[in-house]
Amino acid sequence: MSTDNTTTKRLLDLNLTRNLLISLAVLVLGVLLLESTDRYTNTQLSSLTYYAIAAIGLTALTGLNGQISLGHGALMAVGAYTTALMLDTETPLPFPVVALAAVVVTSVVGFVVGIGAARLHGPYLAGATLALAVALPSVALYFKGTFNGEVGLTVASPRPPEWFVSFIDAVSGEFATSSKYVAYLGLFCLIVALFFALNLRRSKIGRHWRAVRDQEVAAEIAGINLGRTRVQAFVISAAYAGLAGAVMAVVVRLAAPSAFTIVLSLSLLTAAVIGGLGSITGAFIGAAVLVFLPPWVTSLSTGSGLSDTQAAQMSPLIYGIVLVLVMLLAPGGVMGTVTTAWRRARLRRLHPATPTQKG
Amino acid sequence: MLTLSNLTTTYGPVRALDSVDLTVETGRITAVLGANGAGKTSLLRTVSGLVRPASGTVTLDGTDITGAPVESMVHRGMAHVPEGRGVIAELTVEENLRLGARGAAKRPSDAPAPVRTLDDAYRLFPVLGDRRNAQAHTLSGGERQMLVIARALLSRPTLLLLDEPSLGLAPRIVAQIFDLLRTLVADSGLTVLLVEQNARSALSIAHTGVVLNLGKVVVTESAEVLRNDATLRHSYLGF
Amino acid sequence: MNGDIQKLVNILLNGLTQGIVIAAFALALVLIFRSTRIINFAQGSQAMFTTYIALTLLNRDFPYWAAFAAALAAGFLIGALLERVVIRPLEGGMELNIVIATLGLYVAIQALAAILFGSDYQSFPSPVGVNGFQVGDTNLALTPTSIFILCTVGVVVVGLTLLFQKTQLGLTMRAAAFDGEVSRILGVKVSHLLTFGWALAGLVGAVAGILVASGQFIYPSYMETLIVFGFIAAVIGGLDSPVGAVVGGVLLGLVNSLVSGYVASGLVTLAAFVLLMVVLLLKPGGLFSSAKTRRV
Repeated sequence: MSTDNTTTKRLLDLNLTRNLLISLAVLVLGVLLLESTDRYTNTQLSSLTYYAIAAIGLTALTGLNGQISLGHGALMAVGAYTTALMLDTETPLPFPVVALAAVVVTSVVGFVVGIGAARLHGPYLAGATLALAVALPSVALYFKGTFNGEVGLTVASPRPPEWFVSFIDAVSGEFATSSKYVAYLGLFCLIVALFFALNLRRSKIGRHWRAVRDQEVAAEIAGINLGRTRVQAFVISAAYAGLAGAVMAVVVRLAAPSAFTIVLSLSLLTAAVIGGLGSITGAFIGAAVLVFLPPWVTSLSTGSGLSDTQAAQMSPLIYGIVLVLVMLLAPGGVMGTVTTAWRRARLRRLHPATPTQKG
Repeated sequence: MLTLSNLTTTYGPVRALDSVDLTVETGRITAVLGANGAGKTSLLRTVSGLVRPASGTVTLDGTDITGAPVESMVHRGMAHVPEGRGVIAELTVEENLRLGARGAAKRPSDAPAPVRTLDDAYRLFPVLGDRRNAQAHTLSGGERQMLVIARALLSRPTLLLLDEPSLGLAPRIVAQIFDLLRTLVADSGLTVLLVEQNARSALSIAHTGVVLNLGKVVVTESAEVLRNDATLRHSYLGF
Repeated sequence: MNGDIQKLVNILLNGLTQGIVIAAFALALVLIFRSTRIINFAQGSQAMFTTYIALTLLNRDFPYWAAFAAALAAGFLIGALLERVVIRPLEGGMELNIVIATLGLYVAIQALAAILFGSDYQSFPSPVGVNGFQVGDTNLALTPTSIFILCTVGVVVVGLTLLFQKTQLGLTMRAAAFDGEVSRILGVKVSHLLTFGWALAGLVGAVAGILVASGQFIYPSYMETLIVFGFIAAVIGGLDSPVGAVVGGVLLGLVNSLVSGYVASGLVTLAAFVLLMVVLLLKPGGLFSSAKTRRV
């Protein structure tokens, strides 16, 4: 028994180390990207960080635990508004504290919703979260005093601290603007989110999630509490959405209802689906598509003669079509298709003489 | 009337039917017997088109119907009473019957039909007439069996496929139903392919008995021989 | 009439009219759910699209009834097309995939409408007047348009009931919805009926879309709240009961109107959400579902 424990411990350490290394690698990659690209791309990369954070949370919820949510845009709004409100003072708390607060608040909201959602499946859950997504913005509009209605709350650009300025100067000799600082904040949050997600995947919690998704009855018999697992998954994904909202608030410098429509929730879902439900790499891929595809599509459209407003609609049109096509042709998304193809190739290499299955 | 030739049906790696050869003679009752999992239900499902066979053919009155869509079968004069009876529980007795009658639309008008109209069905099974507006799920097992037989007969079939009609029914009711089958065949020339676990009852009305084991045909004999040969009975039929 | 009573009467009338339209939309959802066990999230976008088709014809001086009929026909065809091309290949697969597919259609159709017809608010006419009736010296919140809406939905409900209960087609549709395999054995062409179910739902949805638009302004996302309300109404009614859809719709309309009138109009969607959660948690099968308990 004790050998079991030490082996397990060692494996855990191995996994932790591995995940730490991956996270650090992504961090280094992020820094390289930020320092070697222009300002515009930096802004895009900033957007990428919060979309990726939200997508990771959503892909874990839907891919690992099987729950679908159309309300994560609204949850991002909770994080964003919390952040905006907390930063709206003379001496704001440091961003990590504010972000943590946003995560906590959104998790609480996620908990409440999750308790209701835990008993729902598939389309019922989708419909209920859709109703939430439609209802929540109206709360912001109703309490005009606190949330400033349609206009929303502006977020002041944070001043980059001295050590950051020196760091950037050392790395690339550039001057650290607050936009760059904000991009790094996003990157940092993303790394933290990534690290947690990597650990979650392999952990007992992750396995329980998958068990509940795949074989409810068997999981229950095995002693896994279905409701608790579902609520847990919902809360954790809400935490991610809250963090994403916090980052979004400082990057976009605004928290307003118009930014958190159903289209946002559906975009997040699109990102998770395109990348491959349940895959962290997929979440990155999906977020990248979300950030880099629309401007390209819009410029292509205006180039072909569509008006500006029409061109702006091309992105959601493509999202919708892509969602349908992915479901019809490659429901596993990019990572799912890649994994299946890789597995098939491996199988073929290991068993070259196996005939194709009959019937 | 019905010929199965080298019929093989697979579900993945499992061979539910393995090179089955079987002939159902017109105007006779052919009983397909065997233990659970022997392939009896798969046989009926393959014949009626719910499942595509991996190889082999099914021929009905000279026409190859292998792989033909199941929806076309009632028009060809084949009625299938599936495993579990197939009562549509949320519909009323009369609605179930009307669905059956609908299947007679494309049948030639000279097709033998002991049950032509709903009233014929109610005359044959008075209990159905009493309960005609009741939802089908309120019927007892025996009443449901009568309902699905009547429903099948309303489509004016020449061939009736029955999947374990005696399942879950009291012996008295089983006897009633089997008596009815015997009468229908004798009076109207109906052909019946009867799948049963209750070999004794099935053999009491059948002309031919076919025993399946693990998807293969192990015995094809006249029912009389099967009834009287104790060794065969003990080996394959458990009585 | 006493001011408070007048207010209450108007709130109830508003609620009734709103509710009837929600009911019409909920009916479309129920039609599809009954036959395919799918909740079609794209239903609202389809209805919006067919309304725009009607508007295009109206702007070219086609008579109202021609435009109305064209919208219905378009709704029928689009519903059938979507079922054959998108839904059929996915049927029997993972439920999540179908949900995502209908969501994709929802987004795509809405964006397409914005591209083809523009995102600006456009006014959609009503075939009858939009001014409230006067009883003595009080203005009722009942207009000829609301009567038109009530009558149209009434015709739809009666038509559907007759179809399902009195015709053979309706019988086969119900049979196919309850037990597809047995129906096939009985010779019913279930796959054709599935397509027909979606086509019919598209038609009913088209009716709802036009009714909502009557005398109002339309824009590509104008059906969005109705999708949510329709879903809630259908759930309250017990997703496979047409009667339930109507009752649920009227109930929700009344609740919405009461909240709007007595609490705050901005909190209507929140109230509706709360109502939905209450129903889903306490009586998940809805108020009118059949004997079998439903897994939500």
